[in-house]
Amino acid sequence: MHETMMAQSLLSMISAEAEKRNAKPIIAKISCGVLNAVNDDVLCFAFDSVAKGTACEGMKLEIEHKQIQGRCKSCAEIFDVELSQPVCPKCGGEDFELQPDAALVLEEIEFSKE
Amino acid sequence: MYKVEIGKKILSANEEYAAKNSRLLTEQGKLCLNMISSPGSGKTTILVRTINELKDKIKIGVIEGDIQTDIDAKRIQATGAPAVQINTDGACHLSAAQVGSGLEKLPVVDLDLIFIENVGNLICPSAFELGETAKVVVLSVPEGDDKPVKYPATFARSKVLLINKIDLLGAHTQVDFNLERVKADTRKLNKSIEIFPLSAKTGEGFAAWCNWLLRAVEKLR
Repeated sequence: MHETMMAQSLLSMISAEAEKRNAKPIIAKISCGVLNAVNDDVLCFAFDSVAKGTACEGMKLEIEHKQIQGRCKSCAEIFDVELSQPVCPKCGGEDFELQPDAALVLEEIEFSKE
Repeated sequence: MYKVEIGKKILSANEEYAAKNSRLLTEQGKLCLNMISSPGSGKTTILVRTINELKDKIKIGVIEGDIQTDIDAKRIQATGAPAVQINTDGACHLSAAQVGSGLEKLPVVDLDLIFIENVGNLICPSAFELGETAKVVVLSVPEGDDKPVKYPATFARSKVLLINKIDLLGAHTQVDFNLERVKADTRKLNKSIEIFPLSAKTGEGFAAWCNWLLRAVEKLR
């Protein structure tokens, strides 16, 4: 449900970009990390709701989820951490340091030509 | 159609407020702990007992986050400690801006330790930095021992895990809860996490938790 706040913030960012270019936004690409705990359906639903009646109404969101990485303390390997079963794929080590999680980022907007 | 690269953080406004809170707390050497858990895990009861146990040693203030009511702030104020209630009006987590306004209302200069009691929710609050020194996740025995596996994000990022309601453990109750499993599953994600099993009802386990708090406060002074 925290997606509502994300959706509102996203809407104001996209609206500002659209206004600058005087163009209609069609698709927004977003990336996020594991710890942002983004549920795609909920974020899209929240965005649809807040975008109603604005220039962003009817836009599509494309959401890319980035894995969180860990650094193995035995062999220094950097690897994608599967939070349900975190093990270093190189040496099988279980002691690792979580790297900073990917932020929630508005990567790209597609505008229609006219 | 044409594409425009943006590459901007969506929650940057929250991050800016969080950085501002963090600066304020760091400059003044205050310990600030963001308490995260499901509803009903006993966060407020833990805080009330913690405040009472440490009354003569350190000064504690609390920012209470709830969807509505000021029940929790009143419970804290009854101990004599300052507490500010923030109502999120439906939102499932506190934001850094709300915590910033809470800090303005607390006598921060006179305090050693500030607890932020987040809205009862094990998922959403972990996505919003508040500028705290560290996160404390609370899990209570009746919730079940599978929670670190099911909700790994919060457990992976917390400095401390409090396992509350351990008075419900044992053969005389009907509760299945494997304390060792919780510890092992949590440490798989987070090797350096401090784990304190305790009971806010009986006070069992509070000595270790309170000692940790005193040491953490001392370190920042």
